[in-house]
Amino acid sequence: MRIEALRLDPAVVGVILAMAAVTYAAKAGGFWLLGHVDLSERAEAGIDVLPGAVVVAFVTPALADGGLPEWVAAAATLAVARKTGNLLVSLAVGVGVVAAARSVL
Amino acid sequence: MAEAEPAAERRERDADDDVQSVEFTAAGFREGFVTGFPVAVGVAGYGVVFGVVARRAGLSVAEAAVMSATVVAGAAQLVAVELWADPIPVVAVVSTTLLVNLRYVLMGAALRPWLGQLDPLEAYGSVFFFADENWALSIGALRSGSRNGAFLFGSGVVLWLLWIASTAVGATAGDLVGDPATYGLDFVATALFLTLAAGFWGGKESLRPWVAAAAAALATNAVVPGEWYILVGALAGAAAEVVTYED
Repeated sequence: MRIEALRLDPAVVGVILAMAAVTYAAKAGGFWLLGHVDLSERAEAGIDVLPGAVVVAFVTPALADGGLPEWVAAAATLAVARKTGNLLVSLAVGVGVVAAARSVL
Repeated sequence: MAEAEPAAERRERDADDDVQSVEFTAAGFREGFVTGFPVAVGVAGYGVVFGVVARRAGLSVAEAAVMSATVVAGAAQLVAVELWADPIPVVAVVSTTLLVNLRYVLMGAALRPWLGQLDPLEAYGSVFFFADENWALSIGALRSGSRNGAFLFGSGVVLWLLWIASTAVGATAGDLVGDPATYGLDFVATALFLTLAAGFWGGKESLRPWVAAAAAALATNAVVPGEWYILVGALAGAAAEVVTYED
């Protein structure tokens, strides 16, 4: 258990470092780029909506594959997230509601 | 090339852009660290969740901590471990990480007027540590007239330290949790992304790209095995925005 916790598989570390490289390239790239290139407003608008689009693309099939408990929990999560903007609270509500709804519905 | 210009000349030109000159001091670092601490505590909650999800995806505690220490991008890390499988779908993981983090291109660009005045080592070092939360804190401070160029670095370092520590805690505790569905824990990632979505929602203008993303993701998921629906959906959303953008 202790040794397993400390395992560093070279293949896994390699993928992680590749993730780190593209992330740093994005962070530093924009900073570097602004001194050199002008992005069109159109391209900026496309990049601007990407985080939301990624999240929506991630979550839609998961919900489509779920049932009534998942949909109820999703609605509760969204409502709490909108109201409080607090990540931990909305996570707790989502998880609590899905567990409760599964035992009832 | 800006890099070849003498620093003094660059400072002068950037100052012409109606931006106050900034400095990079230990006091500035400390101020960023202290101001960033409460935000970092909030982010640590997210780190615990990431650790649990990473552990469940098959990463060891050390691997999860290394990912938090080197990638430093919460949403992208979460999507990546959700894609994790054996063997690791390397192309999907790395390209999705890049897609989720493309917003950092614009956020980094927004820092240019201030960090562009710093020594390249200071600027490019600070940039490693920025994430959504401390970027927002820093850009807020700089826009309201702060001359503190080390604020981003200080607030980034405190965020980074708590991010790594909380990842390790979550990954360790994740070992103690049994069947996640019993407690509804299989819903954590969905709830997390719904919460992110609520934060990313920008009103009516989000509707078109989001509908395009959802439709493309559903269609792709129905016909292509694996996780390609995320990439296809995200690109469809961005494409919808680019195509329908009005100047």
